[in-house]
Amino acid sequence: MPYIDPHIHMVSRTTDDYARMAEAGCIAVTEPAFWAGFDRSSPAGFADYFRQLTETEPHRAARYGIAHYCWLCINPKEAEDPGFAREVMALIPEFLDRPNVLGIGEIGLNKNSRNELVILEEQIEIARRHDRLILVHTPHLEDKLKGTRLILAALRNAAVDPGRVLIDHVEEHTIKTVLDAGFWAGMTLYPDSKCTPQRAVDVIECYGRERIWINSAGDWGPSDPLAVPKCHVEMRRRGHGPDLATQISLTNPLTFLSQCPNFRPAALEPGWLSP
Amino acid sequence: MAEPTCPLTGLQAVDLYFMEQRAKLLDIAAFLDRLDRVGPPSGRSDVRVRALERAIPLLLDGVGSRTRRILELLSDHTSEPIPAAHGQGALGADPATDY
Repeated sequence: MPYIDPHIHMVSRTTDDYARMAEAGCIAVTEPAFWAGFDRSSPAGFADYFRQLTETEPHRAARYGIAHYCWLCINPKEAEDPGFAREVMALIPEFLDRPNVLGIGEIGLNKNSRNELVILEEQIEIARRHDRLILVHTPHLEDKLKGTRLILAALRNAAVDPGRVLIDHVEEHTIKTVLDAGFWAGMTLYPDSKCTPQRAVDVIECYGRERIWINSAGDWGPSDPLAVPKCHVEMRRRGHGPDLATQISLTNPLTFLSQCPNFRPAALEPGWLSP
Repeated sequence: MAEPTCPLTGLQAVDLYFMEQRAKLLDIAAFLDRLDRVGPPSGRSDVRVRALERAIPLLLDGVGSRTRRILELLSDHTSEPIPAAHGQGALGADPATDY
């Protein structure tokens, strides 16, 4: 079935992955700016990265019929030095109007430090000033619960419309707070951390199918670029109808992402998806 | 009993998932056995293992919402930002909690 993987780091994946994703039905990806596995030594490194996200990856994806969109930011793992972070943030406006840019992301917290929080607040302000969607990274493991609470408070303080914010990497202990506050929620399917496909379907069964999507967040670490279609298999083997996978991986992402006028995948033009 | 939200019957769910859970249970048992065979210092005193041993009884306490409650057990429950981030990784259990 056609699907969207709304969070995957294709700069870390091979062209073979694009081919396999296309064969599995992927019609569009959105790629948040993230940590490269090492701290970049200068803001110029980020300028090159933003060029890669807005120029190189769309061409690589298009060869397989996949529409490529991206989000820009300095990620929380490199936000501990506010001076450095502000130099990177100053680069963002010149890239924001590029045709595949959806908004600011993945901003958020990593270790829940004061400086991370300051930079998060300043990037929320960039999104507000430019009227852009926001994609939020919540911390890993033991830091997730506290980080999610701090992030939601920062968004509330900034009076951001929660319907224009997706809080990613939710798990069983954070999803209710996120949905109850009116935000969108993303579940990340990782083999060792975050959600397995089985748990993701459990969460959908418990919390409903509204304002939720799933993603692979495939990157340079242990991850699977085909995690989204594998989760659809998990839905089917439990007896859920195809409408569930369609809503989670097509209708919901389309509803959220279409709030940005740039999001217009060719495969979603009339006629493309009908049999 | 919670309202059914999973289309499977109980028997179907057991047929589908039992072998996978059996293997995971044996992995946990083998991990704890392995810690019995390692040299000093004992891994038993590690906060992550103590957290794991605190989490296991939640599986059988009959309360439900096991996954959420285990994740909460393993979480930092403070509310103030830390002064500075030193390093980027996370342990999987809260090092400041007395498990």
